[in-house]
Amino acid sequence: MYEDEPVPGYPLPIREGHTSPGRLERVLREGHFAVTSELAPPDSADPNQVYERAAIFDGYVDAINATDGSGAHCHMSSSSVCALLTRLGYSLIQQISCRDKNRIAIQGDILGGAAMGVANMLCLSGDGVQTGDHPQAKPVFDLDCMSLLEIARTMRDESTFQSGRKLDSPPRVFLGAAANPFVEPYDWRPLRLAKKIVAGAQFIQTQYCYDIDRLKQYMQVARDNGLDEKVFMLVGVGPMASARTANWIRNNVPGVHIPDAVIDRLSGADDQKQEGINLCVDLIQEIREIKGVNGVHIMAYRQEHAVPKIVERSGVLDGRTPWHPKLYKGDASVQQQMDSYE
Amino acid sequence: MYRLRLWSVKNAGLMEKTYQLVERVLVAMAPVFEVIGYDRVEKPVAFIERGIKGALFDCQMCGQCALSSTGMSCPMNCPKEIRNGPCGGVRPDGFCEIKPEMRCVWVEAWDGSQRMKNGDEIKTIQFAVDHRLKGSSSWLSVAREKTEPSATATGSEG
Repeated sequence: MYEDEPVPGYPLPIREGHTSPGRLERVLREGHFAVTSELAPPDSADPNQVYERAAIFDGYVDAINATDGSGAHCHMSSSSVCALLTRLGYSLIQQISCRDKNRIAIQGDILGGAAMGVANMLCLSGDGVQTGDHPQAKPVFDLDCMSLLEIARTMRDESTFQSGRKLDSPPRVFLGAAANPFVEPYDWRPLRLAKKIVAGAQFIQTQYCYDIDRLKQYMQVARDNGLDEKVFMLVGVGPMASARTANWIRNNVPGVHIPDAVIDRLSGADDQKQEGINLCVDLIQEIREIKGVNGVHIMAYRQEHAVPKIVERSGVLDGRTPWHPKLYKGDASVQQQMDSYE
Repeated sequence: MYRLRLWSVKNAGLMEKTYQLVERVLVAMAPVFEVIGYDRVEKPVAFIERGIKGALFDCQMCGQCALSSTGMSCPMNCPKEIRNGPCGGVRPDGFCEIKPEMRCVWVEAWDGSQRMKNGDEIKTIQFAVDHRLKGSSSWLSVAREKTEPSATATGSEG
């Protein structure tokens, strides 16, 4: 909680040395261990579904990722989820993928997002259309994550579009990127991280981590190259519902590396779902001890309700309660709206 | 041709040396191009370039060649056309997440760069592609750039 917490829909003042008016940047720069999670946008035009899904995380996360057609599946758009939730004062991470839009549309989204009060943007290449529910769609990929970062940073720091045309007011955003330390080519991964930092990444959210040793090796190389001083690392974690699910993900979702030990631990448990949560808590506690790691990103697809429990049991918030709209007492109409989503 | 493409990456060092030679010839010929007119030589040179680089690298003629910076593995063969890869979806055996039968273009690029004298170029950021240049000759723009630096704004190599 900050004494200058916002009237929902209005940004926080930007502190000196910060690039965004966001709470996530404050939390990280103050040296707290940050927690983020992600909201699965509904297949629906009903805003209540978005509010309900966000409210699950109230008081347990510093920012919520609004995914952008993740897995190349059609859902409510990232910018629309951000539009709905920033009105209530939520701290959002707008995911921007290069798969569906060209640079004209993307730069428009960056301006629009910042205008709505989105303080954090995650620049992604995006999953291929072939992996989704519309494999017949045209993949755009006008940019890649690196050139997207570069363009977003230039918009913010030099107040210009990629074309060089001036902006009247730049988007004050904290820029993020993804990293996957857990797949080949391992030697190249920390160097690609370095490239992303040069391009503009200020924070990183990684793919699911189930292999602590691999993460430690990656962070070791990152530290040797001084990267931990230049970027905030949030390591991706998530509860597995069962050994069967873990096996399926391992074989069907490229980029997710799950060691045998994890599958064995799950399949040996009486209550596999509970064991998945225990494992997630254990992983968070181990990850927290790694030097250079600044937080966790909890991806609990279809298990979002487990997130508060996981955060609480892991103890990583150290008694902090991240601000959420229900704490806001200033405006009866907002309060009323929040009460209706209990 | 996929197998020839893999061979070219395996021989990235040789390709690098060959290209340096080609570049020298192109620069030397720049005055000739100048006299005939770049517009007039564009079509035949692009045709030859497409033939040679198409065979060796499965070149897609983006018109702003990055092969010298990408371990002689053409990034336009990545299904996501990522110019700064590899993405996070690489399969455990180094194959592409989208085309499982194809080696990841960027795993190959990393291998290739290790075999090149200037392989470290892979660490520099490649900017977004200028789609206006698609189909045009990178060779000619290199010749032009090296002899009249103000002629073209886009940096091409390879």
